[in-house]
Formats: sequence, C-alpha cells, structure tokens
Amino acid sequence: MTALISLTGINKYYGDYHALRDVDLEIAEGEFFSLLGPSGCGKTTLLRTIAGFEDVTDGVVLIDGADMAGVAANLRPTNMVFQSYAIFPHLTVAQNVGFGLRKSGMSRSDKAQAVQDALEMVGLGGFGARAAHALSGGQRQRVALARALILKPKVLLLDEPLSALDKKLREQMQTELRRLQRQVGITFILVTHDQEEALIMSDRVAVMFEGRIAQLADPQTLYRRPLTRQVGDFIGVMNFLPAQFKPVGDLITADIAGLGQAELASEQCPAGPVTGGGAVGIRPEILSILFQGETTSQRETVGQVIERAYYGDMTYYDVRLDDVDAPVTISMKNLIDRPVLERDDRARVSWDPRALVGFSD
Amino acid sequence: MTLRIYAIAYMIFLYAPVLLLPVFAFNDSPVIAFPLKGFTWGWFNDLAGIGALHDAVKNSLWIACMSAIIATGLGICAARAATRFEFPAKRGIMGLIMIPLVLPEIIVAVSLLVVLVQILNLPLSNWTIIAAHVLICMPFSIAILNGAFSNLDNSLEEAALDLGESRFAAFRLVTLPLVMPGIISSLLISFTISLDEFIIAFFLSGSEPTMPVYIWGLLRFPQRLPAVMALGTILVILSIVLLVIAEYFRRRGLKRAGLKDTGGFL
Amino acid sequence: MAFGRYKNSEAARGLTLVSPPFFYAITLLAAPLAAVIMFSFWTQDFLTLDRTPTLENYRTIMTEPLYGTLLLRSLYIASAVMAVTVALAFPIAYFVSFHVPAHRKSLWLFLITIPFWTSYLIRVFLWKVILGYNGVLNSSLLGTGLIGEPLTFILYNPNAVVLTLAHAFAPFAILPIFVSLEKIDRSLLEAARDLGESRAQTFFSITLPLAMPGILAAMVIVLIPTIGDYVTPRLVGGPNGLMIANLIQTLFLKLNNAPLGAALAIVAMISVATWCITFIVIAKILMWLTNKARGLT
Repeated sequence: MTALISLTGINKYYGDYHALRDVDLEIAEGEFFSLLGPSGCGKTTLLRTIAGFEDVTDGVVLIDGADMAGVAANLRPTNMVFQSYAIFPHLTVAQNVGFGLRKSGMSRSDKAQAVQDALEMVGLGGFGARAAHALSGGQRQRVALARALILKPKVLLLDEPLSALDKKLREQMQTELRRLQRQVGITFILVTHDQEEALIMSDRVAVMFEGRIAQLADPQTLYRRPLTRQVGDFIGVMNFLPAQFKPVGDLITADIAGLGQAELASEQCPAGPVTGGGAVGIRPEILSILFQGETTSQRETVGQVIERAYYGDMTYYDVRLDDVDAPVTISMKNLIDRPVLERDDRARVSWDPRALVGFSD
Repeated sequence: MTLRIYAIAYMIFLYAPVLLLPVFAFNDSPVIAFPLKGFTWGWFNDLAGIGALHDAVKNSLWIACMSAIIATGLGICAARAATRFEFPAKRGIMGLIMIPLVLPEIIVAVSLLVVLVQILNLPLSNWTIIAAHVLICMPFSIAILNGAFSNLDNSLEEAALDLGESRFAAFRLVTLPLVMPGIISSLLISFTISLDEFIIAFFLSGSEPTMPVYIWGLLRFPQRLPAVMALGTILVILSIVLLVIAEYFRRRGLKRAGLKDTGGFL
Repeated sequence: MAFGRYKNSEAARGLTLVSPPFFYAITLLAAPLAAVIMFSFWTQDFLTLDRTPTLENYRTIMTEPLYGTLLLRSLYIASAVMAVTVALAFPIAYFVSFHVPAHRKSLWLFLITIPFWTSYLIRVFLWKVILGYNGVLNSSLLGTGLIGEPLTFILYNPNAVVLTLAHAFAPFAILPIFVSLEKIDRSLLEAARDLGESRAQTFFSITLPLAMPGILAAMVIVLIPTIGDYVTPRLVGGPNGLMIANLIQTLFLKLNNAPLGAALAIVAMISVATWCITFIVIAKILMWLTNKARGLT
C-alpha cells in the first residue's frame, strides 16, 4: 500500500482546546476513507487540516510525498465538497463547475467541454445555464461534486456532504458517490457522523473521539471487533454484560453475568488479552429468541421481555436476563410463522460465544 | 381594522410635510400659506438665478461624495472584520465606531470644533465637514454592510481558495460581487445623509457654506421662502430617487445570495 | 506557544482590518471628546484662553438659574418626545409586523423611512407652516368650521417641538420595535391562546414583554439625539421652547465662550445618560415585578 496521504503526530489547539491529539494516519491511493465520530470529535478539523484551511499546531502532513507545511489551500492537490456546498450564488451552474479552470490555460471550448463532461458525470447534463440559487439540495450537492472533481484532484475531501439531504435522497447519493469514486479512481475522504453511512461507503474508517483516533479499520472489523466499548457503542448497537476474565493457555475464560461461562479466542479481545473484571460486548443479532419447540446447538439462557418495538421487517426486544439488572437488546427477523412476543413474556435466549468481544473496562 | 386606519393616519402624519412641499413650490404666491393662488414654475426659475446657491450645492455634492466614499471604504473594513473574524476587544472597538449613531450630533460638532479650531488652530474647510460626516455616516454604512457580509457563507471564499484562487482573487471573484449591492446601497445612503446634514455642518463650515447651511440662511428671508420650497421639492425627488436605487440594490443583493428579504435599512 | 499561531492569524487579520475605521474613530471621536472634557476646565475671556484648570464653568452652570431651567426643560421635552414617539410608533411597528403580509413588509418599512431621509431643515420648517397662525392646520380647521379662530397653542411652544421631533425620529423608534416584534416566534402566541389566554392577555403576557428590548432601544435612540437638536426648538419652539443645544450653539458660535459651551455639553450628556440609565433600571424593575406578580419568576 503506497500512502498518498500521510499524517504524523498531528496536534491542534484552539486556544486551550485540544482539538486533535497525536493523530497518525495513512491513506492509500484510490481508497474511500471515512472519518467517523460524534460532533466535536475533531473529524472536520482533521479534514480541513488536509485541505489547508487549518494550520496544525504540531505534526507533519504529507500529500503524495510532499510536505504541506506552509502550502496554502489553493496550492494543494486537494478539492473539497463543503457541508453547505458553498455554491457561488451569483454564478450559473456551468460557471460554478468551471470556476477552478480559470487558471488552467485551457481554451474556451476545452473548458466548456470539460464542464459539460463533469456535469454529465454527476447527472446534471442540461443544467449548465441554470442560476445556482435555483437548485434543489440534491442538485447543489451534485454541482459541488462536479466543481471539485473537474480539477482531477489527488484527493477529494467531503465534509458531511449528505447531512442536509432527506433520508431517501441520502441513501441514493451514498450508492452514487461510491459508484463515482470507483469510476474516477480518486481518493475520497469523507467526514460523517452517521455510522451507517461510513460502513456502507468506505474501504476503511477512522473512528474519532475527543480529537483522537479510537480505531482505524475496515467496516467489518470495526463492527465485529471494536477496540473499545466506546467504539462498539458508537457503531450500531452493542450490549455490554459485566464479566470476569481469566487467561487459560491461548484462550480466555469469561464468567459473564446472565450468560454463564464462555471461552474467548485471542482475536475476540482486539485490544489485547484481558484479565480480571471487565465486560463482554454482544450485538443484538447474535442473541436470538427461541420460540416454542425450537432447539439450538448454541448456548442458551432465559429472561423476561420488558419492552418490544415492532419495525415491520424486524422486531427489537429489550430482555432482562435473569440475574442481570440492565436489559439487553435482541433483534429478530420477522418470519412468516414466527410469533411476536409481548411485554412480560418469558423468553429463552440463545447466543454464540464466538461472537463475543471482551473489553477490559 | 382600527389598526389599519391608525396606520394610514400615521403615514399621512409622516408624509404631510413632504407632500406640502410641491404644493407651495408651485403656488403662485410669495406667502407660504393657504389659500393657494395658482400654478407657477417661477420659483424654480428663481433658483437658477441664485449664484451663491449653486456654489453651496457644488460644495455639498463634493462633501457628500467624499464622505460617502470614505465612510463606505472604512465601513467595508469594519463590517468585514466584524462578521468574519474574532479578535480581542471586538465589542469595545465596534461599539466605539458605532457610537455616533446615538450620540447627539451637536456633541460630534462641538468636539471637532474644539480640537480643530481651539487646540490645533486649523482653519475650517470642506474637509472638516467631511471628517465629521464620515464619522456619522460610518455606522449607517456598517449597518448596511454587516447585513451584506453576514449573509455570506464563509465556506464560499474557502471554496474559491480550494479551487485554486488566491486569497485576494477569492475576495474579488466571490465576496465582492456578492456584497457589491450592499456597497452601492451604503454609498447612496451615506451620500444622502451627508447632503442633508445641517447641525454639524453649521458648526464646522468655513467660508463656503454647504447647501443646508445656505438654506438655513434663506429661511430668515420671507421673500426667499417659495424658492426654498422649490429647492426642497427638487431635493426630495432626488433623495427618493437615490433611496429607490439603494433599495433596489439591497434587494438585488439579497436575491443574488438567494436569501429572503427580512426588512429595510438600519 | 504553538497554538498561539492560530489565534494570532485569526485575531491579527481581524485587527488589521478593523484598524482603519478604529483609528478614525479614535482620532476624530474619542480624542476630541477627551479634548472637550479637558477644555471644559479652562476658561475664556473674550479672545484669551486661560488654560489653568478650574471648575469655574461648572460653578457657573450650577449657580446661574438659566442653565438649570434649560437643562430641565430639555430633559422634559426630550422625555416627552421619547414617550410620544414610541407610543405613536409601537402600533405601526405592530401593524407592519403582525398584519402586513410578509412580501409587503419591506415596502412598508421603505415607505416609513423615506420622509426621514428628506431634507431635515425644510421638513422642520414645513411644520412651522403647518402649525402656524395662518398655517395649513388652522386654515383647514377654520374652513371646515370646526374652530372659530386659529389655534395658538400649537406653535412656538414645547408642544410644537415635541410634535416635530416625534415626526423626525419616527423611523428610529419604529425599526427597533419592529425588529423585536419580528423575532417573536408566532407559535408562542398560539401556545398562549391554546393554554387559555385571551387575545388581549396574550398581548400583555407574551408580545409586550418580548418586545421590551426593542421598545427600550427605541426610547434610548430617540431620547439621546433629541437633547442635541437646536434646529427644531429654534424654528418652532418659540422663546419657551428653546433647549440646551441652542445655548451650547450660542456659546460656541456667537458668545465665543467655548469652554463654558464644552462644560455645558458635558453636563447635558451626563444628565441625559443618567436619565437614560434611570428609566432603563425602572423599566427592568417593573418588568421583574410584573413577572413576579404573575408568579413567573
């Protein structure tokens, strides 16, 4: 993997506020990379550091091997899609898209062709003459994309580009962005607070909390083997049950509240072997409710339904396992012959020890 | 409904003097009173014959132009600084600049008179009036330009930088066209304020009076009053034209930025 | 300090940009005001300026009854102007904010501001024409037979000054009130109605308190400049309508006693500022008391 972007020891202060803490990161050419985290975690600051809109207090930013210290935003091989899209309201769509070509030295007709191609690429073929302020949210987003991609940057930076769109349009744009990225082959760096969006679109995701990268991994690893409880909790839903750990050879035995004894392989403790008190994490779809007459080859425990939410395709149960205070969430697919339990029903719950994740905290 | 009637009555109250101006300007009588006598263009012809008035008008136009340009120039700096940047003592600095908005004009006049004449011993001239007019126009200019600048999305200029333009080019290509209507509006309003200002000009004018100072002199001569009415009529029409243009540009600015109109000047 | 760099670049650019207007205001406003204060402690005897610091001017102002009379009258007239202007302006601001359709609002505001921008001197003079013995008002009232002989209490007295200034400062009062009314979330009013308040109760319990900042701003913005006007009192005020600014003007331009004029200007500013602060505090206390009476605090 050749690193197109390499960040080393990045620190950033706003006054006394420590916005970025010792960030190290390498992003490969052609990668779709996401910075994911709650608002205020530093993900946008990190993106703007790469773009050149923020100076770093400390650390080195390399793009394609070149040190970016002192290189202004307009001289960097990056282009950005802004959260507000920043479409110039006094220009037409074509003038917006062609804005960056002013200094390219291209002939007038070449420029027009390039603008036309860029607009067609984002599906806005006939929109060139439109006034920019007359566009819908989705169209503005496409113009912003075309305007940034027309310069063939080494890296396209996207700052929460889908957050202003409604759910349907957002889902449609997620697929389209992914397709576009494959088509142009440019490195995309996406900032988002939406974990689903990050999982759907990215090759790799960096999860950030309080200015630090908490975990850097591909979506599957991130979901199945979160490094910390915080990451597990932020990505999807994760149940946590208190547990006591003891290493036995290569394995770790865990005594889990409500579930009983289980053995964890070393990769089930992604942050390293745990001993003593801690917690295990388990995803809602790993737990399942056994209905009348069903048996399982997996482990089994019992509890009581205290709440349920019917979603059509799925039903989510909050079940209090016997001897555990906090309820666990269990998701069940709604099959044709599968009943839906009511509140206060007793439930048999099966679980697979291979899916547990051990945490020391 | 009562409120509507009140509103109409209030507008009549507001417009009564302005509407009476042309009535007396065209009234064929040297006395400013009812009943009206007949129609005449004569008072307007009289205006053409008063040479001193022409000088005063020229003076005032020069002062108003300079005041408008300087006040708007300084206003652009202040408005951009206030809307785009955080800096120490921002409230204090902006507060000082905006103070003439509520300061009695006579205080501005007196303080400049004391410094210029009594302490620095400088002669009064058009420039002393311009200096004071810039001071009182600047807050209005800033109020208008603040509206224009704060409507701007900061990421617009960043986007221009991101697309390869320099900081100055980004300002020229993106910010300037978007705030230009505000700048024109500010120039026109400042021009109107300066052209009409009397209280300060009376204190600070040198040997050459401004138009309002000259009119003040005329008010003492009853036989000159119909001509003053004629002059007033011309001034009112001029102000309205300038204000309509200013308002047009203000609205166009909002439209360009794709924003909803939320109110007038001030 | 490394993080200082960010702060500096942001703050430095802001300060650089604001410095031309700031220094302009310092040189031509703050410094001259300081000079006026210094000047007020000097004395003038015809053409010679005595630079020995003394309280002589202030003593004169305290002891000569003329100054006290004029000062009190000015505060009284200015307060009357303030009360009349704001009282007349509030219904208009309310009307434009609540009853004029959204796309017409800026037209109304524009129409309200136009007379304000038209020649101030001539406007004041026309009030003299309107209110005079043979003026427009008297002729029309006589013509309709409503009165037997011309009214005399409307010109050359403080009433005329109040009316004329209420006209001159109308937009200054309307705009701040309008802005504060526009900021009121309309669903608050619906919520109050929904919770059982009548239309009038809603006005007094929601609209008026929320418009208070605008009303207070309007009061201050009318009161302070009114003190500094000498044109209106001179043209329509008559001998009993003259105000402190007339005296300041005379001291500076006719009697050539600038130090006494400076002291008088300072006394006038301090008085009006004190009066301003007083009624703002009173208004705040009243608002607090009404809220308390309603059990909202």
